[in-house]
Parts: sequence; C-alpha cells; structure tokens
Amino acid sequence: MNNIIVYCEIDEGKVADVSFELLTKGRKLASDLKCKLEALVIGSKLDSIPQQLFPFGVDTVYIADDARLEHYSSLPHTAITVKLFQEQNPQIALMGATTIGRDLGPRVSSALRSGLTADCTSLEIGDHEEKRLNKEYKNLLYQIRPAFGGNIIATIINPDCRPQMATVREGVMKKEIFDMAYKGKLEKLDVGKYVSDTDFVVKIIERHMEKSKVNIKNSSIIIAGGYGVGSKENFQLLYDLAAVIGGEVGASRAAVDAGYVDHDRQIGQTGITVRPKLYIACGISGQIQHIAGMQESSMIISINNDPNAPINSIADYVITGNIEDIVPKMIKYYKQNSK
Amino acid sequence: MNGLKIIVLAKQVPDTRNVGKDAMKADGTVNRAALPAIFNPEDLNALEQALRIKDNNPGTTITILTMGPVRAAEILREGLFRGTDDGILLTDRAFAGADTLATSYALSCAINKIKEFDIIICGRQAIDGDTAQVGPQVAQKLNIPQITYAEEVISVKGKKIRVKRRLERGVEIVEGPLPILITVNSSAPDCRPRNSKLLMKYKHSSTVSERQEKSEDYITMINERPYLNIKEWSVNDVECDREQLGLNGSPTKVKKIDNIVFQAKESMHLTNNDREIEDLMKELLANHTIG
Repeated sequence: MNNIIVYCEIDEGKVADVSFELLTKGRKLASDLKCKLEALVIGSKLDSIPQQLFPFGVDTVYIADDARLEHYSSLPHTAITVKLFQEQNPQIALMGATTIGRDLGPRVSSALRSGLTADCTSLEIGDHEEKRLNKEYKNLLYQIRPAFGGNIIATIINPDCRPQMATVREGVMKKEIFDMAYKGKLEKLDVGKYVSDTDFVVKIIERHMEKSKVNIKNSSIIIAGGYGVGSKENFQLLYDLAAVIGGEVGASRAAVDAGYVDHDRQIGQTGITVRPKLYIACGISGQIQHIAGMQESSMIISINNDPNAPINSIADYVITGNIEDIVPKMIKYYKQNSK
Repeated sequence: MNGLKIIVLAKQVPDTRNVGKDAMKADGTVNRAALPAIFNPEDLNALEQALRIKDNNPGTTITILTMGPVRAAEILREGLFRGTDDGILLTDRAFAGADTLATSYALSCAINKIKEFDIIICGRQAIDGDTAQVGPQVAQKLNIPQITYAEEVISVKGKKIRVKRRLERGVEIVEGPLPILITVNSSAPDCRPRNSKLLMKYKHSSTVSERQEKSEDYITMINERPYLNIKEWSVNDVECDREQLGLNGSPTKVKKIDNIVFQAKESMHLTNNDREIEDLMKELLANHTIG
C-alpha cells in the first residue's frame, strides 16, 4: 500500500505547528486516496510524541529515537528518511517549508531522484493526461504554488516519480484534530540500521534560540505597508497607527527588499501567513505572493493612491489617497471616537 | 595551510522584485524580456563570503560556475571584477527546461569535471523560483555534507569550516569537514563593489559564443591575454547521463500556469475626506473590529 508520510518536526519536545497542519491536510488527502496517513519523527526522548499525533488521524507513527539525534542535522535525518521511504515507498511525502524541511527535502528528493515542490499554497488530488505519450495518470498530487516572484500560479505534478514531495509553510494550512480517540500504531525504528557514524560529521558547536520579537501571526489587527509607503520614515506612521489601535506592523516583500522594514515582518508566500480580524494594507499593490499570505483576513482595508491596485479587488474598503494624509486622520478619528 | 579551492554557484535571474506594468503582456503572461537580468542577490552574498575566505587564506582561488544562456556570462564578468579567478558558463540546449533536480545534476557533472574543490558556496535560493533546493541537491549528488542558511563563515582551519547559521528563532554555530557545500542567506553581508583595477583588466573578457561577431583585432587580443577567455562548456564537455538533463530529466512537470485573477469582493470606495474616514473609524469601533 502506498501511503502518505508526513515528516514531523520537533521543537523543544513538542511537535511543531507546521507538522500538525500538514497532518491535517494529509488526513484529508489520505481519505480521498483511501490510503493510510503515516508520520515520521526523528529526535531524542520522544516517548510523549505519538500520543500528540494520533488524534490527527495518523495510522502509523515511525519513531527514530536516539540521543545523537537530539538536534536536527542534515545527514542523519536524510539517511533515516531516505531509507524509510525506500522501504515504505510512500506515494506522497510532506514536510514543513522551514529551515529544517527546506534543508532536508531537497537532499532526500535528490537521493530518491524524485520531484519536490517548495512552498506550496494548496495541495489537491487530480488526474492528468499526457497527450504526447497518450498516457493517463490517476490521482496525482497537484502541488500549487505562486512562482516568478508571485506573478503567476503554477500547478506542478510529478507523474512518474515517487514519492511526490512537497513543502508547505507554517500557517498556510489549517490545524484540526481529526478524532481524539483515533488509534494508530507505533513503529520504533532501529536507529543503528538507518544511520552510520559518518553521518555525524557536522557538529553543532553552539545554538542560542531567540524567540521572534515580533508576533505578527497571532495579532488580530495588522497594519501592513508596501513599496508605496515610500520610505522607512513613512513606515513610522504605520507604527503609530498600530500603537493606537493595538496591532502589529507587517510588510510586503517589496517593502522588505527596499529596506523599509526587517524581514521578520514580511507577510506572504515567502514570509508569514496571517488571518487577522482586520488587515489594513497601505501602499501595497497586491502581488499574489502577498495576497496568498493575507487573503483570509476577516476584513481588509486598502489605502492606495492607485485606484486600480490589484489588492483593491479583495478589499472590503478601498480608500484612494496618500497614506501620509489618510493614516493620521485614522489615528485622529479613532482617538476622538473611542473612550 | 595552502590556499583553498572554492567554487561559487551563481545564477542570472530576471529581476522579479521590480515587475512593472510593461512586464505583463496583454494576455496576462509574464514578459521575461522586459525584466532586467541580474546576479541573483543571495549568490552575491555567497560570493562575498568566498572573497572573505580568500582574503584570509592566501593562495585561495575562486571559480564561479553558472548554468544558463550565453548572456549569463555577464555574471561571470561581475565576479571577475570583484576578485574571482575564473568563470565557467555551462550552456547548452540539452540543459534547457530543467527543474531543480536536473539543474543540480548538470551542475554536479560540471563540478566533477572541475574535480578539485574544498568549498562550494551558493545563495540559499534564487528569486525567480524561491525553492532553495539546488544547493542541497548538488551536495547530495557530490556526496558531501551541507550547511544551509549560513550568515557568516567564521573560520576555515585544518580542513574544518565553522559557520554561523540563521534559523527561524535564533542562530546556530556548526563545524563541518571539507569538502562541503554552504548556502548563504540574504542576512549575510552585501557583496563588495567592483574593483576598478579588476574592471579594467577583465572588461574585455568573453566566452567563445560572445566572440563570434568580434573583429580580428579583438581575437588577437584574446589570444595574447588568455585570462580574458571565460570558459564555456556544452553538454559534450561534461561526462553525464543525458537522460537526467533538461526537461526530460525533470521529475516535476508544470501542469498549468494561471495568471492572477482575484475573486473580486464588493468593495466600499472612500476618498481622502475627513467625514468618510471618521465614519469608517466609527463603524469599525461600533462593530468591535477595533477598540
């Protein structure tokens, strides 16, 4: 049986959110394909992990538990993943588009000579007809992602190679418990058979984790600025508005590339995906790569001096004008009308 | 310690960050020709790290390897202007249409022809695809370890390299043996500017394809100054399995491309008018969206 395997990341003894999100998606795909959903976890002291995974509808949890695997390292994780995939021959393999998944995924895909699509924003099952070869493919994984700087959306398929591999960023898919009482089985891998000593040549000398200072993902109000904000100084207006109404400041890729703000505020396909209650887009034209990261906001206000900015078509309110004029007015009238 | 042999992998990319209105054709597809071709930004960060290693380790040589059309030789010259020793352009129709796996296979075949290297260094990802896959895939094909998301090469001593990595929630310092492949983040220092002496020296450097239309005087000059010749390799110059190259060697296929069509909502249109903005703020307060 060719199943779906999700590589699950461990972050300080807990399963990373992105892995839960992939399991949620994987469960739906497995039901569509009538196959099993499986999870691979590599690390150290993982006894509590399987119980966290089963409620997401996982049929098999493969565990590689070894003190040497405490922190992620490319070669041992590649060795285990490649060998397990060779044994199990999954049809689909999913990983988070994190610094781990984007280090591991390409190495595994190269070893298996299988296709990998990075940063997918949507995954679906569908058929494909190759007219040139007069060949029909059933139930392929459609890997959908923006490309070319977010100016187009491409649907990628891997007709002939297995597994069909894809990475997805944190926050792009939803995390949902499938069944609290779901029962799966646990398979402990004999780590010695999967890795050799030569896999441990790259050594971690030091690591200090700093929690991200900005917390855009969990903010219910986001004021985001684009290239149209015009300067680093003008971005201060956005910080002022955020401070008054209680939000966080985000940015489009163009504003980050222009040096107006730091990368940790970037919203979009190559940044953070957000679903706030209110999203105020200031001077953002609305490339798909940005839209992909904010379109599920409950309410969108677009402030732009271009009345035809693409983002206006998904906005609830469009204010045409300069942000230098409009943002201070919003601050003023907020203060006047709130108590 | 003797000098090191460094290979920088670089790509010439369309500048997708500045997609203006004329960059989209009437049918809504991207007009690549209207976009300027640039040195992929993170590959420049990688080049700077290579140049710093060279600064600290006398006798080190740097070769840039790129795969692309004839015009991609431009970035090899940019490298020479900044202090690289050599450039190699891998160009052939047989490589066209390659996905990341077929690209990394072609690059690894060219690296096998170069043969001797201590460090391969490249940008984390290219701005036209944003996949970050080619670096790790090349490392796998060459069977060498990798260090991704590098922000700084701290030291290279006694066949070991120490690198600072920038991760989602902090930094990690790792040490690995040579030979190794490193991918560099945009958070690493920017690349130094062109050196005016090197610019004068290499201004007329070219590949054999670029010289086809040139005068005899020019050809004579190149023959007298062999350093002006930028190496150009075709599929016949590297040992490879052609089945793994180009479109045919790519496991991923593009099923379809959609241009961006947003699902239009009914929007309320306001102008920069005090009354309208005050009403909006009142409404947002009244329905508890804010406040």
